[in-house]
Amino acid sequence: MYLKNAFGAAATVSLLMTSSAIAETITIATVNNGDMIRMQGLTDDFTAKTGHEVEWVTLEENVLRQRVTTDITTKGGQFDIMTIGMYETPIWGKNGWLVPLNDLPADYDVDDILPAMRGGLSYDDTLYAAPFYGESSMIMYRTDLMEKAGLEMPEAPTWAFVANAARAMTDKDNEIYGICLRGKAGWGENMAFLTATSNAFGARWFDENWTAQFDSEEWATTLNFYIDLLNDAGPPGASNNGFNENLSLFQQGKCGMWIDATVAASFVTNPDDSTVADKVDFALAPDTGLDRRSNWLWAWALAIPAGTQKEGAAKEFIQWATSKEYIELVAENEGWANVPPGARTSLYENPNYKAVPFSEMTLKSILSADPLNPTVDAVPYVGVQFVAIPEFAGIASQVGQEFSAALAGQQTAEEALAKAQALTSEEMEAAGY
Amino acid sequence: MARSVTQQRKAINTAVAWAVGLLIFFPILWTILTSFKTEAQAINDPPLFLFFDWTLENYAVVQERSDYMRFLWNSIIIAGGSTILGIIIAVPAAWSMAFVPSKRTKDILLWMLSTKMLPAVGVLYPIYLVFIRLGLLDTRIGLVVVLMLINLPIIIWMLYTYFKEIPGEILEAARMDGATLKEEILYVLTPMAVPGIASTLLLNIILAWNEAFWTLNLTAAKAAPLTAFIASYSSPEGLFYAKLSAASTMAIAPILILGWFSQKQLVRGLTFGAVK
Repeated sequence: MYLKNAFGAAATVSLLMTSSAIAETITIATVNNGDMIRMQGLTDDFTAKTGHEVEWVTLEENVLRQRVTTDITTKGGQFDIMTIGMYETPIWGKNGWLVPLNDLPADYDVDDILPAMRGGLSYDDTLYAAPFYGESSMIMYRTDLMEKAGLEMPEAPTWAFVANAARAMTDKDNEIYGICLRGKAGWGENMAFLTATSNAFGARWFDENWTAQFDSEEWATTLNFYIDLLNDAGPPGASNNGFNENLSLFQQGKCGMWIDATVAASFVTNPDDSTVADKVDFALAPDTGLDRRSNWLWAWALAIPAGTQKEGAAKEFIQWATSKEYIELVAENEGWANVPPGARTSLYENPNYKAVPFSEMTLKSILSADPLNPTVDAVPYVGVQFVAIPEFAGIASQVGQEFSAALAGQQTAEEALAKAQALTSEEMEAAGY
Repeated sequence: MARSVTQQRKAINTAVAWAVGLLIFFPILWTILTSFKTEAQAINDPPLFLFFDWTLENYAVVQERSDYMRFLWNSIIIAGGSTILGIIIAVPAAWSMAFVPSKRTKDILLWMLSTKMLPAVGVLYPIYLVFIRLGLLDTRIGLVVVLMLINLPIIIWMLYTYFKEIPGEILEAARMDGATLKEEILYVLTPMAVPGIASTLLLNIILAWNEAFWTLNLTAAKAAPLTAFIASYSSPEGLFYAKLSAASTMAIAPILILGWFSQKQLVRGLTFGAVK
């Protein structure tokens, strides 16, 4: 009898311990954008399936970046999952700061992740972050203004065509500007655009010996072309414009073309917010015939910091949030136009998603970006609109300020490039390259 | 004639004061107005001032998405706690500097203020590491201590200035009547410096309420105050200005109301001793 009671008690205790070990509360740091907010709203589905609770820490992108970087470099252990991008993932993976995601179950179908995304989120062929959604950049343009200018946008235009069309569409008296591009300083603002654009012009940040290349002819061509184009056909104060400012201008019908993140397509075609929703079409980001286009590649991905006590629950969440089933769950609740794009091949084979107007161009843009071979000439780095080294964010922020000042007319393009060359060389030397 | 000029000058002064006041208040007013617009109205060009379809939709969305009360409660505890703790330490410190100064008092005061001259990010990593070691990350007590330390130089400086205005003879008289040091500070000095202490208190609550570096960097899910609540609605990729404005209005409303009701006390304290 005594033994039976003891066994009973032991079984109860172990059951309690097991259930408490199963049901965890995980803390996730994430950014504030439409897809992430939708995911927060659907968390109940994850809790119902696994028993795990989720606590969200939602922060503005730049605040989040500083916050999670501080935590992971000091092993603070504040988060069980971090939302990070393509820039951080290979660097952090290399440093051993992230849990490898190489043991995901077969039904997760890791091979379904778009190859460009998988490549950009891996280090040494090991996946360190699962893409929640991916984006590239493309041209969004006004069909009515293009027609009025007597031009027809090809699916894959050149920069010469885009510049010509922008000047033809511009009607400054009526506040119509042929092209809106990022000018606001920042490594994720004007430098994301200009680095991707420079690839199309045959420029690169570094040669194979890590020597800065801002003194090259290609960079001079890139920067002068960009400044001349915005001076002739861009909105006033373009050096202060980032994604949101250009989105606002485009939605109010003041931009003929806008080259920016593919995720903007859902905003500019939404009749609730955009006055030109029914007059927008899309094309690939331009090239100059050198076999590289000006589009970037980015993914917001979910990663687990090494050392978390809740690795199991965190992996379960990542499997849920980046699965095919999650995409269907969003489609069921919010419609196919609102599913997180750019992460899985199967999404682009789905007939329901093919009916979404911008889906095809988004996929083509993503597929045309290659983070492993981003430039015409060989480079020692990975990344299309960034260089995946820890020093890049700091250097590019300073270079971005010089280029933004050149656009504002405070200095010439040549002066900006000379300063960029000097500061990049100095920083790289100090970093031991 | 002289009287009419005075009247005219008075009217001009009043108009200028109102204009300056409105100019200073305008960003807050604009935030409040934007919070009642749709996202499309928020970016309308030309901007819409009063004539638009007012909506409470943004407040409903913010309420649904975030646990406002949790952030509010954290803000109250962190701002209130750090200020009270700071006052408890600062009153005796300022007393000693005002009434029993040493040769080094002026240097100490300046040295204390010099800690405010270093950018906060310069000490982020050391403080973060100390917090990890002490288990203070994402705790309200950790933030109370940090914000108290950050604002302590200002509290001491303000109290020191007020205490200097109080005649030392009064305290001397209290001592001659047999008051202990504690009684002298508590029952003689403090009541006389109430306006100064009150304005110091209020100013520090406002400073701690608005502090947005440490409160964002040392918290995660549990101790995050209203600054984190606002940061969760800001986005560089998406026009959510109306929702961000609603979140900002909700975050500043308590402190705005507190400031409104205590403005007399605040002004009295800030001008204490200005005219002898």
